[in-house]
Amino acid sequence: MKTPKDLYYTETHEWVKVEDGFAFIGITDYAQDSLGEIVFVELPEENEQVNQFEEFAAIESVKAASDLNSPVSGVIVAVNEELEDNPELLNEDPYENWIIKVELEDETEINKLMNAEEYKEHCE
Amino acid sequence: MHKYMPHTHDDVRAMLDRIGVEKLEDLFSEIPKTLVHKELDIPNSMSEIELREHFASLAKQNTPLIPFMGAGAYDHYTPSVIRHLIERQEFLTAYTPYQPEIAQGTLQYIFEYQSMICQLTGMDVSNASMYDGATATAEAMFMATGVRRSKKILISATVNPNIQEVVKTYALYRDIEVITVNEEDGQTSLDEVKALMDKDVAGLIVQNPNLYGITEDFTGFKDALDEHKGLFIMNHDPSLLAHLKTPASWGVDIAVGDAQTLGVPLSYGGPYIGYMATTTKLMRKMPGRICGVTKDQDGKRAFVLTLQAREQHIRREKANSNICSNQSLLALFVTIYMALMGKKGVYEAQQMSHDHAHYLHDKLLELPTFEPAFDKPFFKEFTLKTTLDVDKMNDVLKEHGYLGPLPQKRFDEAKADLVTFAVTEKRSKAQMDAFVDIVRGLS
Amino acid sequence: MYYDKLIFEISTEGRKGYSLPKTEIERREVPDHLRRPDCPGLPEVSELDVVRHYTNVSFKNFGIEKGFYPLGSCTMKYNPKINQDMANLPEFAGLHPYQPLDTVQGMLHVYYETQRMLSEISGLDTFTLNPYAGAHGEHIGLMIIKAYHRSRGDEKRTKIIVPDSAHGTNPASATVTGFESVEVKSNADGTVNLEDLKSVLDDTVAGIMLTNPNTVGIFEKDILEIAKLVHQAGGLLYYDGANLNPLLGFARPGDMGFDIMHINLHKTFSTPHGGGGPGSGPVGVTKALVPFLPKPVVKKTSDGYSLDGETDLTIGQVSHFVGNIGVAMKAYAYMLTIGKDNITDIARFSTLNANYIKESLKDDFLLPIEGICKHEFVFDGLKDKSTGVTTLDVAKRLLDFDMHPPTVYFPLVVKESIMVEPPETESKQTIDKFIEVMKAIAKEAKEDPDKVKGAPYNTVVKRLDEALAARKPIVKYKDLLSE
Ligand SMILES: Cc1ncc(COP(=O)(O)O)c(C=O)c1O
Repeated sequence: MKTPKDLYYTETHEWVKVEDGFAFIGITDYAQDSLGEIVFVELPEENEQVNQFEEFAAIESVKAASDLNSPVSGVIVAVNEELEDNPELLNEDPYENWIIKVELEDETEINKLMNAEEYKEHCE
Repeated sequence: MHKYMPHTHDDVRAMLDRIGVEKLEDLFSEIPKTLVHKELDIPNSMSEIELREHFASLAKQNTPLIPFMGAGAYDHYTPSVIRHLIERQEFLTAYTPYQPEIAQGTLQYIFEYQSMICQLTGMDVSNASMYDGATATAEAMFMATGVRRSKKILISATVNPNIQEVVKTYALYRDIEVITVNEEDGQTSLDEVKALMDKDVAGLIVQNPNLYGITEDFTGFKDALDEHKGLFIMNHDPSLLAHLKTPASWGVDIAVGDAQTLGVPLSYGGPYIGYMATTTKLMRKMPGRICGVTKDQDGKRAFVLTLQAREQHIRREKANSNICSNQSLLALFVTIYMALMGKKGVYEAQQMSHDHAHYLHDKLLELPTFEPAFDKPFFKEFTLKTTLDVDKMNDVLKEHGYLGPLPQKRFDEAKADLVTFAVTEKRSKAQMDAFVDIVRGLS
Repeated sequence: MYYDKLIFEISTEGRKGYSLPKTEIERREVPDHLRRPDCPGLPEVSELDVVRHYTNVSFKNFGIEKGFYPLGSCTMKYNPKINQDMANLPEFAGLHPYQPLDTVQGMLHVYYETQRMLSEISGLDTFTLNPYAGAHGEHIGLMIIKAYHRSRGDEKRTKIIVPDSAHGTNPASATVTGFESVEVKSNADGTVNLEDLKSVLDDTVAGIMLTNPNTVGIFEKDILEIAKLVHQAGGLLYYDGANLNPLLGFARPGDMGFDIMHINLHKTFSTPHGGGGPGSGPVGVTKALVPFLPKPVVKKTSDGYSLDGETDLTIGQVSHFVGNIGVAMKAYAYMLTIGKDNITDIARFSTLNANYIKESLKDDFLLPIEGICKHEFVFDGLKDKSTGVTTLDVAKRLLDFDMHPPTVYFPLVVKESIMVEPPETESKQTIDKFIEVMKAIAKEAKEDPDKVKGAPYNTVVKRLDEALAARKPIVKYKDLLSE
């Protein structure tokens, strides 16, 4: 299981990467592995507001479905539309393929997330 | 020993020994003594001879009448072939196709069924069936309120009142408000739709043909709904879709209805089959099972239940619907019906219903006791105003073996003089002439 | 030879499979502005084309009459032929639902007596046969629970308790009835954890949904205590009747304290599953809840049977007419054929069959819950986990031996669940053969795991790519053409 060091993680298996006041959000390797073959991502729309630990999208595999919770609050400035036609990208590389990009509202929210070490422990 | 249970004394002994208990009752020892029930008040078992006699005596207490009534149950022709095929054990006794490698038969007919429903309705995708047309309509309401995240829906007053009732019952317990759109001369009032629609309303439910048998004109409805992103739900008799404009061409988002009209026997109201079809855009919001095409390991074409993540067994409390068992065998029934009737037959049979209904309509209007209720086009069901005592008329008709028209007062006291007749391809000219003669004799 | 044609693919222009009478009645046209301009693309085939096509399609299916079908939670017992014959009698099948009552007394007798016998068997006061299936019954039962609380002005009861082992329809039904479902944990033996239950019981609880025996086949011994606790908290108990088979004639949900239940006639009462329906899900209630039953209600009066449409408290109408009455007719014929003299044997022999298989296979498959089960039980996959062979692999390998696999991956509380339900209609010989095959698969999993993982081999198609179907949905013939 991969858990890149430069990311922060939620208990519900989402990651966030912060860059210049923006946050890229996706699902972890652990999440894609337990879901199995991902067949559909129900993406939100741009300009929607998301709140920390609240639902922003849903993801479906052949045998499971799961809601995704946002690690941080803010307005969605971009969604990865490539996932609409190629949801399997999330299986192939869950860290390269972010799902939404959010304009960060409050950097201190990061303090409520886990770092790679903590997340690894959480998954055990 | 009973014919349905093969356990001999020796079998039981050997099996109990393997389990390591003395007697059969030991397998139930954990049930609290206070719960063990002594004797049930049900009859003793019957042999097949006795059972047949019993049913024969019950059959004598039923008198199937020749229906001149529809109101949601229509006496269309059922080709013999269908019964023989659907009672093949491979179809009849199988469970839901959860093991696709040994359920390609069920999956294939579901795929054919979905394809045919899409051909009739013009919609992009159909599910594998719902319970009946009324519950399918209620499920469409849930789908629309879910998609629009709304707690309000409009329903036309011209929708069959039983369907309205089912929709309202489903809505009541989920705190959805159902607002009735009044009728205007037997049709859904577009002005009212415009007045009642706003962004908090999920959409509109209409029926075609409606409770009077009128084939409504929905010009302008789609635009009125689009303005507020409302969804258009239409309950449509599928057998008439070789003739009438498709739900898709009216801009419908969710097409539903009862496919009983595709040759399913009356059977005192069930089993029938609800259908539901929608657009590609809303596909993943549709309730129920959907069959899709895939390939097996060798690249061979195969069928499988798909998009299952919408359903209760995966999404549980977040599922689109709680439906599990549907009316699968009836889906096979209507698929075989549509295959037999084919491109031309559905049209020809319903052309006959149409023409015969118009014949009866005109014949009845020659009598002094009937006059038109609406000046609107109809298909196989029509509503007239009468000066006759409706109950008496239907009593006399019953004595002659006929089921008379639906008295609209069944649903609305204010419509005491309105009656609705239904005519299918099964009603011959001779039958209709005889029927009219009886009615002529009444005053 | 594998028949892989769709009906559309054997269509030939100009053929037909129907005949209609000639008519002298004048033809009229549908008004232009309402007329469909094109023709629906239905096939053109002869009658024999149709018969042969669907016969060949049927060969790709596995039914109960072909072989053993131990599908857990589904009660795949033999579907008697005589039931079908009775349901097809034209004096029943030809009745319009709005016929005058005096012309349908035989049909109403079937309705009334079926509901009466179900009441007697389950210990509840009255049943409605209007619900179309088990899940529909759940929806209606929960409506009754809500209507009951509302009728007492008790609006704060918004929660339905559902065990984590429950069938997916239970929480889904709670949602569609406008309830929030609250999950309670199971004990290691699958029974309800009383402490966990107590912790969620308060005056916001409308009721609880249980099945007994539960979904792992274990009888809830504490059921009387559970019922007391829930009732004390002001909630009602709903019984999911999917597992009624092993209680027939022994114990009744009504006596256990359940207020409402559904019965799946397509499980316990032998009506066929039809490839996924039609079923029938009658709902029974205690006397206090009878006024809430959906309409119409069939009543017995001094003048015969009547249909009652109006009671003040009814939840309303939930079906266009009176449900799948044609299915109920088969259950009625079955109950009369079984009778009170044989009904308890259903419980005995289904339970005997299940325990016999469990004891015979527990050295090869992991048995998470020891002890006597009722009509079904679960294994947690193979005992030897080192081979990497999963429950899915075992199920697929069974297909090669002309047996339907058990239910797999349900209930969710057992990870590699294999849920075996051998109904009372199955003989020791059939069951011994199943045991033999299951042992052989367990052995093969050790010796040649890849063989098991590659199964099935003898079916018309091999394992399917389910991800492909869901990623690029092709859901009708027209989509195939544009492929
Ligand atoms: C435990 C349980 N509850 C409910 C249901 C739903 O029943 P139905 O399919 O008749 O709606 C099932 C059916 O599989 C079941 O096994």
